[in-house]
Amino acid sequence: MKEFDYAAPVNLTDAAVLLAQYGARALAGGTDIIVQIRENRRDAGLVVDLKNVAELNVLSFDAKKGLILGAAVPCYRVAEHPEIRKHYPGLVDAISIIGGVQIQSRASVGGNLCNASPAADSIPALIALVASAVIATASGKRETVPVENFCTGPGRSILGPGAVLVHLHLPPPAPNSGSAYLRFIPRNEMDIAVVGVGVALTLNDKRTACVSARIALGAVAPTPLFVPEAGAALAGSPLADADIERAAALAQAAAKPISDMRGSADYRKHLVGVLVKRALRIAIERAKGG
Amino acid sequence: MTTLANGFKVIGTRPIRHDGVDKVTGRAIYGADMQMAGLLHGRILRSPIPHGIIKSIDVSKALALPGVEAIVTSAELTDPGNRIAELGEGAVNLKDLSSNCLARGKVHYKGQAVAAVAAVSPNIAEEALKLIVVDYQTLPHVTDVRAAMRDDAPLLHDDQVTESLGQPTGKHSNIAKHIQFKKGDIDEGFKQAAVVVEREFHTATVHQGYIEPHNATALWNADGTVTIWCSTQGAFSVRAQVAELLAMPVSRIKVVPTEIGGGFGGKIRVYLEPVAAALSKKTGKPVKITMNRADVFEATGPTPGSYIKVKMGADKDGKLVAAQAYLAYEAGAFPGSPIGPGAMCIFACYDIPNVHIDGYDVVVNKPATSAYRAPGATNAAFASETIVDELCEKLKIDPLDFRIKNGAREGTRRADGPIFPLVGLVETLEVAKRHSHFLSERQGDKETRRQGDEKMGSSPCLLVSLSHPLLPRGRGVASGFWFNCGLKSSASASVNSDGTVSLVEGSTDIGGSRTGIAMQLAEALGIRADEVRPVVGDTDAVGYCDVTGGSRVTFATGWAAYEAAQDIKRQMITRAAFIWSVTSEEVAYENGSLRCLVDDTKRLTFKELAEKLHATGGTIVGRASVDPQGVGGAFATHIVDVEVDSDTGKVTILRYTAVQDVGKAIHPSYVEGQIQGGAVQGIGWALNEEYFYNDQGTMANASFLDYRMPTSLDLPMIEAVLVEVANPGHPYGVRGVGEVPIVPPPAAIANAIYNAIGIRMEELPMSPGRVMAKLLAKKRA
Amino acid sequence: MPKKIHVETTINGKPMEFLCEPRQSLLEVLRDEARLTGSKEGCNNGNCGACNVILDGRLVNSCLVLGPEVQGKTVTTIEGIASAQGLHPLQQKFLEHAALQCGICTPGFIVAAKALLEKNPKPSEEQVRHWLAGNLCRCTGYDKIIRAVLDAASVGA
Repeated sequence: MKEFDYAAPVNLTDAAVLLAQYGARALAGGTDIIVQIRENRRDAGLVVDLKNVAELNVLSFDAKKGLILGAAVPCYRVAEHPEIRKHYPGLVDAISIIGGVQIQSRASVGGNLCNASPAADSIPALIALVASAVIATASGKRETVPVENFCTGPGRSILGPGAVLVHLHLPPPAPNSGSAYLRFIPRNEMDIAVVGVGVALTLNDKRTACVSARIALGAVAPTPLFVPEAGAALAGSPLADADIERAAALAQAAAKPISDMRGSADYRKHLVGVLVKRALRIAIERAKGG
Repeated sequence: MTTLANGFKVIGTRPIRHDGVDKVTGRAIYGADMQMAGLLHGRILRSPIPHGIIKSIDVSKALALPGVEAIVTSAELTDPGNRIAELGEGAVNLKDLSSNCLARGKVHYKGQAVAAVAAVSPNIAEEALKLIVVDYQTLPHVTDVRAAMRDDAPLLHDDQVTESLGQPTGKHSNIAKHIQFKKGDIDEGFKQAAVVVEREFHTATVHQGYIEPHNATALWNADGTVTIWCSTQGAFSVRAQVAELLAMPVSRIKVVPTEIGGGFGGKIRVYLEPVAAALSKKTGKPVKITMNRADVFEATGPTPGSYIKVKMGADKDGKLVAAQAYLAYEAGAFPGSPIGPGAMCIFACYDIPNVHIDGYDVVVNKPATSAYRAPGATNAAFASETIVDELCEKLKIDPLDFRIKNGAREGTRRADGPIFPLVGLVETLEVAKRHSHFLSERQGDKETRRQGDEKMGSSPCLLVSLSHPLLPRGRGVASGFWFNCGLKSSASASVNSDGTVSLVEGSTDIGGSRTGIAMQLAEALGIRADEVRPVVGDTDAVGYCDVTGGSRVTFATGWAAYEAAQDIKRQMITRAAFIWSVTSEEVAYENGSLRCLVDDTKRLTFKELAEKLHATGGTIVGRASVDPQGVGGAFATHIVDVEVDSDTGKVTILRYTAVQDVGKAIHPSYVEGQIQGGAVQGIGWALNEEYFYNDQGTMANASFLDYRMPTSLDLPMIEAVLVEVANPGHPYGVRGVGEVPIVPPPAAIANAIYNAIGIRMEELPMSPGRVMAKLLAKKRA
Repeated sequence: MPKKIHVETTINGKPMEFLCEPRQSLLEVLRDEARLTGSKEGCNNGNCGACNVILDGRLVNSCLVLGPEVQGKTVTTIEGIASAQGLHPLQQKFLEHAALQCGICTPGFIVAAKALLEKNPKPSEEQVRHWLAGNLCRCTGYDKIIRAVLDAASVGA
């Protein structure tokens, strides 16, 4: 690997100053950035280890305020948190399949977002769950950005020099809601998503119809893709087969996949339809209390 | 010791392997673990282009980097000229071997080694690579076998002329060689056929996938000798190759094999050893070079991608009457694909009166291929066993019955000439027929469905069972053959005063073989397996041993141990006779003891006599060197159940049974292990493993992320059924077992997929995208 | 030459200190500085598990941890699995079941299995397979490894 310096700040102010330096890179779990530096896909003159900054390690759920998920919190803490498992199952679906156990011990959800891979597993789930990203800019101001606007291109995000993702905020779950994330990979683990689908929906009190729904796709566009029209088509519907088919078709139409070694564009489009239907069915089951 | 039901005392038991404790505690020294004073670290600069001429190499900036001590190019390797040498497992073109270690004049694949740096740390060596300036003239490249065979294809080697049926044709071509096997009259044969099936198949390049990358540490001693530590399948082969590439006599080279982390055929040819030696010569210090995973994929020896066309015909009673095959194998950058073995194996399971096989060895701009477990046979079996399945379907004959009817037996002549001795194909078929897997309800039987649903229900996002109806399931079978090798082995064994025996043999141990060899010595002497201390010796410590490959070690090196034991027994008899003042003819050796035939009170156990050796003339050393001829080929029949997700094309292996004729299982656990490991490699080959090449002739997936080998979550238990048809050509009936397990899986899985969804897969791997494309095409049709 | 960082950590229960460049991974540090060569490099990008260690109680790929990151932390490697009294039951079961052939992946699997049994002492076959999916073995087909881990669990490893 090329040389770099290492710093481990203990507060956000110091972290911001370090990250504003030319060639500085944030390090949380390291499962992406270390590989990228090693393979000369990303440059780093200074690696800033954020794991000792307390504010970035907060993980707290409040039934009224929702979930604060610190940027440096590793996946395993999210997966093992009983309230998160109960209220945000789609998020748990997603982060439980990022790599394997070893990766989840280290990789952070915040890092998964900041790495901004179009195929990132957590991002479609976060989008479906109306997550927003709270950022500390270089000057110390706080900004809140809906996760669907966070990634700007493959590997690129809205984070400017010296900016730090502080935490993700997910709103408190409504009653009769359910979420799910499904991914298609050729093996059963360890693969990058060929297609990923995150869905979240809320049913009416009688659980006979959908009140609102959000569908987001991964690996079928330069960034994870929020498809508002697909979720909107479900709102007010009884979630019959025809409704689910329509939502899947809208999601397929919005998908703009490329052909690469992980899958052809046609195949990916096809999988969007399949996974949206399957994910919706799981989310519905969960919303009904199943 | 008790005699077992099989008549043996040690053979057939399952002792703990002698090197086991070191391996489960992390103490075993593999090549990359080598450490020594003053060690420098080497790294290789590799070609970024798939085909080109090297116009110049400027190392000046790299040499100036602090911490860099030497740089070598092909100038430091001897130019051997276009010479062929016999190096232990077939003939090798030394010019190609040398150029493959450090490119001379041209590069023929992306990743080919061009220069090497030795520095004080691996990171500095890597940094130095970036400072070496190589000027290439890029040439057009070709990475597909059929494209390479065309008259207008870019030629890799201007001086290469096709050799056809052993004769030069004068035609410049990427086709290095054309071979042919003929038996009977193929046209007449097809006339007798009631059913004929013909298909074309394509298989992608796949890699052996050993977890340990290549490594070599070399120390050029002040006296001009060189010591090399490396993970290799053949220390003596490394010695011979390095001798040629550095123009040194073998006596000035010592190769010390470290433990080896997998080989499967890919660690026989040298890549790093001569380069490390050259760097050590220049620096006067030991130099260690290791490959990284991308290097392993791009610049070692994967197995060929191929194009195969097969046509087979059977009469109305299901008797095969004719078989024809056209096989074109990608050799990679230099000639030498396993087209020969592939062509010899493709119909080897069957007794067919009329056969015609054409095989082509074709160079393409990919790394030069190496052996991969039954090299050439898996590609071939994918084609022929699929066709056989289709014949069975059209004739409405059970696929196992068809194979029994047509199966090769003692006396069957293969298309390439040899007549089979006693072999066990039919036995494996009959065992498969009676096996509970084959007899179980074919689709959706309660127990397999319950297990399948449990499997899918445990992961939060594999909740597919909640969201869709039952998926189609199917069963397939396939058989396979591999020759196995004999070749040469040596062993020496000395009796210790405590009754144990120290055994030195030269077969590097990839899978527990030192224990199987020790067990054969123990059986022969009538002592326990743990009373033998086996050691894998270096090239100065033990007599010549051919490579660990060809499924030969338990057979041939075991035989050497057996003969060394006979030598010990003879000497023990002589010694006892001396002690008892009788003649040797009056001493018997039975059950690990010596008995005086003329005085029944005179008995000594092996241990008791061992204690007396020092005082009666000194220790006893037995030795042997063998080149055994009685090799038995190996046959296997596999059964697989799959589930196909018809919405995604993903194939899941539900159940797998591998039935194999293993001759005599010396250590059944390690025989089972060979079968299970080979079958799983075959499963990976069948489902997801392939080299993806982009337009720039570069492998796009040179990483375990996207070169997808099966994980534990992708597989069920693999049931290995050992059928013992003892090989009459070996003192203990041993047959090589390691290679044939990789031959049937792709065909068996293809046949199971057909049984599930009615689609014949003609391309490997049968990845989800390919299966889905065929499913959608079928739906539209 | 890059400036080295002084790191104090605990490896296999013993306090240890070393100097390392920031770019040296924990795997490099273990092998080259601490001379603990039991952890292996198979891929260097987190896809094979041959480098597995336990870091502050969590199973990790040491190739994806930088040397300086273990300051003040505890690391358990394969060398720390056996005790002075003898092999850990996992190691013993691996030997009894012939759950290794070439052995290069074995340290990673044993460390990974230990981490599993610490978290879930009685896993099902499916849970074992799921946990070990990040460890590649090319020799065994996993069958005997899974059996060894289940057997070790049954004897209370």
